Order: sequence, then C-alpha cells, then structure tokens
Amino acid sequence: MTSPADLSLVGREFSPEEAQFNDLIAEDSRIEPRDWMPDAYRKTLIRQISQHAHSEIIGMQPESNWISRAPSLKRKAILIAKVQDEAGHGLYLYSAAQTLGISREEMTDQLLEGKAKYSSIFNYTTPTWADMGSIGWLVDGAAIANQVPLCRASYGPYGRAMVRICKEESFHQRQGFEILLELMQGTEEQRRMAQESVNRWYWPALMMFGPPDDESPNSTQSMAWKIKRFSNDELRQRFVGMLVPQAEVLGVTLPDPNLKWNEEKQAYDMSEIDWDEFHEVIAGRGPANAERMRRRREAHENGAWVREAAAAYARKQAA
Amino acid sequence: MSDEHDIDPHGEVSVDRIRLADEYAGESARHGAVASTDVAEYAMRLGDDALVLAQHLGDWISRAPELEEDVALGNIALDLIGHARSLLHYAGTDTGRSEDDLAYFRDEPDFRNAWLFEQPNGDFAHTIARGLVASVYLVELYAALTESTDLTLAAIAAKSAKEVDYHRDHAIQWTVRLAGGTEESRRRMIVGIGDTWPYVEELFRDDELVERLAAQGVAVLPSSLRAGFDAMIADVFAEAKLELPTGRHAYIAAGGGRQGKHTEHLGPLLAEMQVLARAHPGASW
Repeated sequence: MTSPADLSLVGREFSPEEAQFNDLIAEDSRIEPRDWMPDAYRKTLIRQISQHAHSEIIGMQPESNWISRAPSLKRKAILIAKVQDEAGHGLYLYSAAQTLGISREEMTDQLLEGKAKYSSIFNYTTPTWADMGSIGWLVDGAAIANQVPLCRASYGPYGRAMVRICKEESFHQRQGFEILLELMQGTEEQRRMAQESVNRWYWPALMMFGPPDDESPNSTQSMAWKIKRFSNDELRQRFVGMLVPQAEVLGVTLPDPNLKWNEEKQAYDMSEIDWDEFHEVIAGRGPANAERMRRRREAHENGAWVREAAAAYARKQAA
Repeated sequence: MSDEHDIDPHGEVSVDRIRLADEYAGESARHGAVASTDVAEYAMRLGDDALVLAQHLGDWISRAPELEEDVALGNIALDLIGHARSLLHYAGTDTGRSEDDLAYFRDEPDFRNAWLFEQPNGDFAHTIARGLVASVYLVELYAALTESTDLTLAAIAAKSAKEVDYHRDHAIQWTVRLAGGTEESRRRMIVGIGDTWPYVEELFRDDELVERLAAQGVAVLPSSLRAGFDAMIADVFAEAKLELPTGRHAYIAAGGGRQGKHTEHLGPLLAEMQVLARAHPGASW
C-alpha cells in the first residue's frame, strides 16, 4: 500500500475517496476540479494560487513605474508587453483558483483588506531604469526556478496555468538580462546604475524562495501532496548556480563576498540571509507596502462605477 | 506530462513573444526607402499622433477599472507604439535621424500631433471618448492610405489598419456599455464626449502639405475622411442613444498641432517621456 498523501491520514484506514485521491497523487496523475480532494488540500491550493495571482497584480506596479520613462521606444514596447503579461497571468491564476470554489471578488477583497498575502519582493522600489533589468533577471529568474516545478503540480488547472506562465516568464527573464547587458556595455554611469541595481535586488531575490527548510512550516505537507516538488533551500541553490555564470557574462558582481563553490558539498557556500529584513517586509514595513496597497485600492475604487456600468448593461441585455 | 519536464529550470530561455530585432512595417526597412522632406513631415504627423496617444494609454496599465482593461489598454498602447516606430523610422530617413532621436530629442514645438491625442486620460469615460474619436478617424485614414503611391506608407497603413479596427471595436463597445449602463456611467460618458468633441475638427483640416502630397497620391486629404467618420459616429451614437454635443460643447478648439502649436498637456507628457533618454545623450539602451 502506498503511504497516504494526506499526512493527517497516517496510521488510519482510508475511505474509498481518500484512497482514490492518494492513488492519483502516487501515480503522478492530475487532480481535477470535480475530483474529491481533502479540505486542507483545497485550502492550501486556494491560498497558494491566489497569493500567486495577487503577486502578479501587485508586481505590475514597480515596473509600470518606468513605462512612461522607458529610454527607447523598443524598450517601452517590451516593458508594456511584459506588464501586460503579468495582468494576463493574474487572470489565468484567478481562474484556476475559481475552479476550487472561490470567486474573483472574494479573492480581490481578501487582497484589498490585507487578509491575503502577495510576494514581498514587490514591496521594494524601482529608483532607476536598471531595476527593470534586475527585476527581469533576478526576480523573474527566481520566480522561474520556483515555478517550473509547479508545472507538475498535482492540481490540473494550476499545473496547466503554470506551463503557460513559465513560457512567458522565460521571455521576461531574457529581456531583463538584455537590459543589464546593454547597460554593462554602455557608459560608466550606465554600468554603475546596473551594478547598484543588482546590489539592491540580489538578496531580496534569494529571499523569494522562502525561509530555510528547517523553518518552513507548510513545506512537508505540500511536498507530500506534490504541489511543491523541491525544498526552498534546494531551489535557492539551483538559482544561485544559474546566476553565477550569467553574472560573469554580464560583468556584474553578485554582492556576496562569501559566495563560493564548495566541491565537497557540491553546493555554493553563501553568506547568511538577513531574515530580519524578510520578516520586516512581510510584516508590512518594507519600502513600499503602503504605496502598493494604496494604489491597488485606488484603482479598484476608481473603477467601481465602470464595473457597475458593465454589469448593469449586461443585465439589461439579458433581460 | 513530459512537456513540462522539458522546461529547464536553470533558466534556458527563448524569446518567442516579441522578436527583439527591430520590427518595422513597410518598405523603408526592407529596401532602405528614403522619405522626401514632405513625406517625412507627413509621416511625423501620423507617427506623433500614435506616439502621444500610446504614452497616455501607458498610464492606465496597473490602474485600469478591471484586469481585462489593463490588458486591453496595454494592447492598444502597444499597437500604437508599433505604428509610431514604423512612421518615425521612415520620417527620420529624410534627415538621418532614428525613431528615438525623433521621439526623445525633439522639443514640444517640433511635435506634429493633433490636439486630440495630447488630451489627458481623465476618467475612464474620457479615455474611451478620446479613443472612439481617434480610432474611428484612424480606421478611415489607414483604409485610404493603403492605396498610397508611397509603398512604405501603404505598407504601414495596411498593417495598422487591422489593429485600429480592434481599437475601434473596443471604444465602441465601451461607449455603448457606459452610455447604457448606470445613470452615473451615462452622465460620465456624456461629459467625456463633450470634453473631447472640440478636438474633432482639427483632424479633418487640409493644409498645403497634405494638398501637395494628395495631388501625388501619397497622402490622404483629411477632409475626405470626414463623411466616413460622421457616418460611423452617427451609428454608434444611435445605438448608444447619445447626441452630438451642442451649445457650450459645440465649441471648436483652435488646433495647430500640425504646425507645432500645442495645448498645455503636451509639455509635461514629453518631459516625463524624455527625461531618462536626455539625461544620457548618446547612450544605448
């Protein structure tokens, strides 16, 4: 008999539904919206998918800050396409979460009331154009490392949404890398702008993988359910392994004097992450938490009359 | 699920959404066609219209009434930047300037857009009213310009015509929806139309340049587009139960954008758009 995917079931008999759920998970099949699933599995997915959707939506803000000032028309077009993709990702993810029995309005309210989280990376600000490069290269790079395994997540609608999202994120990462490459091959001022931006974003990007494995409370169950496939620390290591050669190509220095390949451990040694900073930003005391929420509420409130008009018009047409 | 296993988590990436190589519609990119001074001036008028409107629309992204509109307005902005790039690239061939030289290193009196395009976003109804006028005009313009004897302009027009057709659908649907939605949305739509209408007239004004170019079959006489514009607007307004502005709103703005005279809205828009490029003259991005 396979061990139960739902860890609360360890050591007791399964119902037929529970057995079927366990079997689907064990054989790496997808769970679909109409399949039975444990409540906790459903709740975990709703929390994770909606947080991801909210992150896409809030994540539009630090980049949209530079749409009006993009320094060439080509860059302006690429940046608009990227921010627009993020809105699209938010839309697919809200749709995936809706298959679990929650409405988009409920999720939006949870965000606006501060009850739902979004990735704390988007509470950092973008003072220079080079931050468009760092967000693409480091933040989207970390997102890809986190998200590619999610393409195999056991819940079908989520896994399928992630396949599409990951393809677009790859493009985003490439454009970020190109922005930095162009800057590093430019004037001294541009090179300084790029390096300072990498210094700003490197550590927050590493924090995106979440707390170290021994302090990550939800990970074990999520891995048993095959929502999550690799631990936070494993993913962080992989990501750093990807960055090191790319940083060499760019000619930027990763801001960690202790970063070194350890042959014996087959992993990178690195400095301790400043988890106090991470917890401060999560607690709402990051550089732009208040501004991000204010702007989202403002857009929502300013748009209320438009949404009401569309709903009223649709009702009249249906009547 | 083998397809997902093939995605390399180490960030091997491909660029399939936009080719990063410059994409210009039109013959000038393929055959190195060079615009005459007259044609360059004409292309600059059209390119500036598209650029200035795109710059305004970009401000909606992350602030739209719903996510679907962040996507839709972003799409329209993106199309317009594409048109602007093709047109300004061609305009620049006359004087050896690039699209970015023209976009970022000209001052306000050198911009040739009509006043409509520089009017502020206002609320969503104002943006829709401005978008309605712009797109109905541009559909007429590009349809006619596909027949231009200038092959570059004809090719740019053919590509742009399909895109502005979508912009027009978007504007018409929202005009009808806002006019027929709630009392509040109808009131706002009427205000938006009233505030936009003074800028209609300038779009259809002929001058010596377009008369010279139209005589050669290169340009479209703006005045020749008015009947098509009026007919389409009449249809939309009939469906939306709206009326053309009268009284105070029948006011016609002086215009003069084609000669470099602008309203007070253009300067701040350009200052913001150009600030970074101008701080690093000669830099590549």
